[in-house]
Amino acid sequence: MKKSNKIFKVIVIFFLVFLYAPALLLPIFSFNNSKVISFPLSGFSTIWFEELLYENTLHNALFNSLLIAISSTILATILGTLVARASTRYIFYGKRISITFILVPLILPEIILGVCLLTVLIQLGLDLNLWSVVLGHTLLITPFSTLIMVSAFNNLDISLEEASLDLGMSSFQTFRIIILPMVSPGLISSLLIGFVISLDEFIIAFFLTGVEPTLPVYIWSQFRFPAKLPSTMALGTILLIVSLILVSLFEYFRRRMELYNYYSVGLDQK
Amino acid sequence: MNKKNIRNPEKIVDLISIKKSFDKIIAVNNVSLGIKEGEFFSLLGPSGCGKTTLLRIIAGFEKPENGDVFINGKNVNSVEPNNRPTNMVFQNYAIFPHLNVSENVGYGLRNTSLNKDEIAQKIEEALNLVGLEGYHKRASSALSGGQRQRVALARALILKPRVLLLDEPLSALDKNLREQMQFELRQLQKSVGITFVLVTHDQTEALTMSDRVGVMFNGKVDQVASPEEIYNKPQTKRVASFIGNMNFFETQYLEKKSKTISVSHKDLGNIKLLKSNIFGVDKSKLTIGIRPENFKINNKNGKKQPKSFNAKVVEKSFMGDTMLYGINLRENDHHTYRISISDIKNTPSPNIGEEISVYFQEDDIVAYYEE
Amino acid sequence: MYFSEHNKKGWRLLGVPFIFAIFLLAVPIATMTTLSFWTQDYLTLIKTITLDNYKQAWFQPVFQTLFARSLIISLTVTFITILFAFPIAYYISFYGGKRKALWLFLITIPFWTSYLLRMFLWKVILGYNGVLNSFFEWLGVITEPLTFLLYNSNAVVLALVHGWAPFAILPIFVSLEKIDRSLLEASNDLGDNNLSQFFRIILPLSMPGVIGAVLIIFIPCIGDYITPKLVGGPEGLMIANMIQVQFSKANNAPLAAALSVTSLLIVGIISLLFVFLNRKYLRNY
Repeated sequence: MKKSNKIFKVIVIFFLVFLYAPALLLPIFSFNNSKVISFPLSGFSTIWFEELLYENTLHNALFNSLLIAISSTILATILGTLVARASTRYIFYGKRISITFILVPLILPEIILGVCLLTVLIQLGLDLNLWSVVLGHTLLITPFSTLIMVSAFNNLDISLEEASLDLGMSSFQTFRIIILPMVSPGLISSLLIGFVISLDEFIIAFFLTGVEPTLPVYIWSQFRFPAKLPSTMALGTILLIVSLILVSLFEYFRRRMELYNYYSVGLDQK
Repeated sequence: MNKKNIRNPEKIVDLISIKKSFDKIIAVNNVSLGIKEGEFFSLLGPSGCGKTTLLRIIAGFEKPENGDVFINGKNVNSVEPNNRPTNMVFQNYAIFPHLNVSENVGYGLRNTSLNKDEIAQKIEEALNLVGLEGYHKRASSALSGGQRQRVALARALILKPRVLLLDEPLSALDKNLREQMQFELRQLQKSVGITFVLVTHDQTEALTMSDRVGVMFNGKVDQVASPEEIYNKPQTKRVASFIGNMNFFETQYLEKKSKTISVSHKDLGNIKLLKSNIFGVDKSKLTIGIRPENFKINNKNGKKQPKSFNAKVVEKSFMGDTMLYGINLRENDHHTYRISISDIKNTPSPNIGEEISVYFQEDDIVAYYEE
Repeated sequence: MYFSEHNKKGWRLLGVPFIFAIFLLAVPIATMTTLSFWTQDYLTLIKTITLDNYKQAWFQPVFQTLFARSLIISLTVTFITILFAFPIAYYISFYGGKRKALWLFLITIPFWTSYLLRMFLWKVILGYNGVLNSFFEWLGVITEPLTFLLYNSNAVVLALVHGWAPFAILPIFVSLEKIDRSLLEASNDLGDNNLSQFFRIILPLSMPGVIGAVLIIFIPCIGDYITPKLVGGPEGLMIANMIQVQFSKANNAPLAAALSVTSLLIVGIISLLFVFLNRKYLRNY
């Protein structure tokens, strides 16, 4: 038993190295004072970060991406919350099939989603712009929001809502004082995850964006120019740090959600 | 005023022909029930009998399909839970996990015109009432099961409801705490004078705490009476077998007199039943019920009591304060009847396999016409 | 009455998201399917229903090769990933102790960093003047850069395994966590050793998680565009790259649609196959 334990530990550590090593190259080469990405390292420098400050296309792309990420995340979280509430609270005709249908984007390859949406927009003769990407991303993120909000509402014992009504509060007050604070970790998780997904999504944006690039589309275009490599690495480093912060926040709020669950139900149902 | 909207003011809660079903399953079937002002009333029944649904109909969480709910003489059919003079203690207590003890207890006072100091004063009083002095700032997550229940009680009582509804409030507690809380709840009810309606599946709980008990089966209320009456004169066979233990014997109908009916049983002999102990619709077949403690064992050498019969001991177990026996009446009949002896010292103690003589009093017997 | 009340309230909530999904999912899929039966002559669509696109998509060697390669690559990736993920999930679940959550967090973090950049990094690592070659030259292990590293199917497989492994661990971990530990004691008590216990108890009971992981990896891999384009070279291109080319440069949207519908069918059939396998497993145990 002891020995197999050790073998497993070696596999896990090897795996973690494999997992993280490529990502570690980002900070290493973004601070490396050389135009080529290769060993040996030549010296410390921050010029690749400085270069980013003067890239107007990058700033535009960043602005576009933020606009898309914020809009689609908020839209998807609203939709996901509606689905989750309906799913956890009511029994109705066609519930299973309609909710499964809304979750379908989870199991469709993104390229297919992109092709489908593009086909419709072209057939309708609509122009491609940032809003078409917002719609595509909302479609993609809604299933994630739904799943997160379903677990948030599952943690919200229905008797808490009833207790509030019973103690004289109106439905709106109950929503504001009980439901909203209690599902807020779920809402924040959904917003964070949606934001990260949208910010990172390439293929749908690539298909639907028209002339205005998003951040991943911009990065993609930079891959063609070897001279731009080091500054792309620098950009990657910044993105890595931003995602790390967002994902850590997500993890924090996810645990808050579990905590509520534990205290409101867990203790009593021993 | 509409005549239908005024009811007997003595009944704080009056339910008239209530019916409620979920997806074709009838949870409450045409129930009429009155609960008196200031009493401790229990709804007792096995799980799934509709008692919780009935409680939730009083609270307003479920809308009955048929019938009327009157609270304090007013028809509240279309009144939402937040506007009814009832408050509820939920089965899992429903303590708001993101609020502390004070915030939970004072929750319902937000919508009143009281100022901050008055609210603080009321919270203080409510916490004292349930024995949680000094717990104001305690996080609700740091409370034990018993404390959570006290918070739930304080939170409901602070609003001075006309009726306090309790949905299996003790089922989540362990045995010792449960017994203590039974006693405390009873005391609390007497001191605040508010009508309590308790839902429980635990007969001991219902019998020890209540002024009156309503026993429910399959969406129907079989009997509403005091605990003593429920125990001694259960009006239906299922009440008789649900509350405590009951030995049933099928009998032959002999004759009817002005106050008694005579029946015969192949082993117990001829028995004269009091008419006031017979329940159900007059039929030719009667099943009689005798509680295990109403059987006594004859001393071997002493004089036999008038109503005696012979039996064989097949089971024997010592329960501390009582001795339980299982007996068979015939060699080829393996149905086991129960005897419970509380006066262990002065009663013979036969062993398994021994033949004994058992006697009973005719007045203790209840009887039911077979459906 | 109970039911109809729920019906009304449920649909009032679900209405908007459902209509949204109809317009952005059902309508587009229907449109794409319709388009796949039309043809395109330069910029004009010819709206006569024909199976020509499917004849091309299914029988032309170019497309057959691409479909076969996509299928082989994604199945290989799936297989290798599961092979990796299982012992790791097993270790965390059985030996993770109090730090299970931390382990999982460490493993899933990379998944949330830019996929595009992670795939691109493999190009940087494996390239002719890349990190690996320059590192080995610097160490003196090699004198000439290795050329077999980049621009082939193996590079695609490597990058995809790296990209998707974290996500395979989660469902397997969850199914391992669900195994009641007293079952293991019971099996030991009945004479199983650790190895036979693994094959008779742990593996069968964790099968739903494995199937889940298979679907989670297989579906995005078979439709991946970025990785083959970046590290695949001409020998490593996959079907998604062809769909994109047909859509843009080749100006043959109907053929692209037919290729998409075909991919969708392949994904559907293989997913159903795995789901069916899972059902069979669940029935047996």
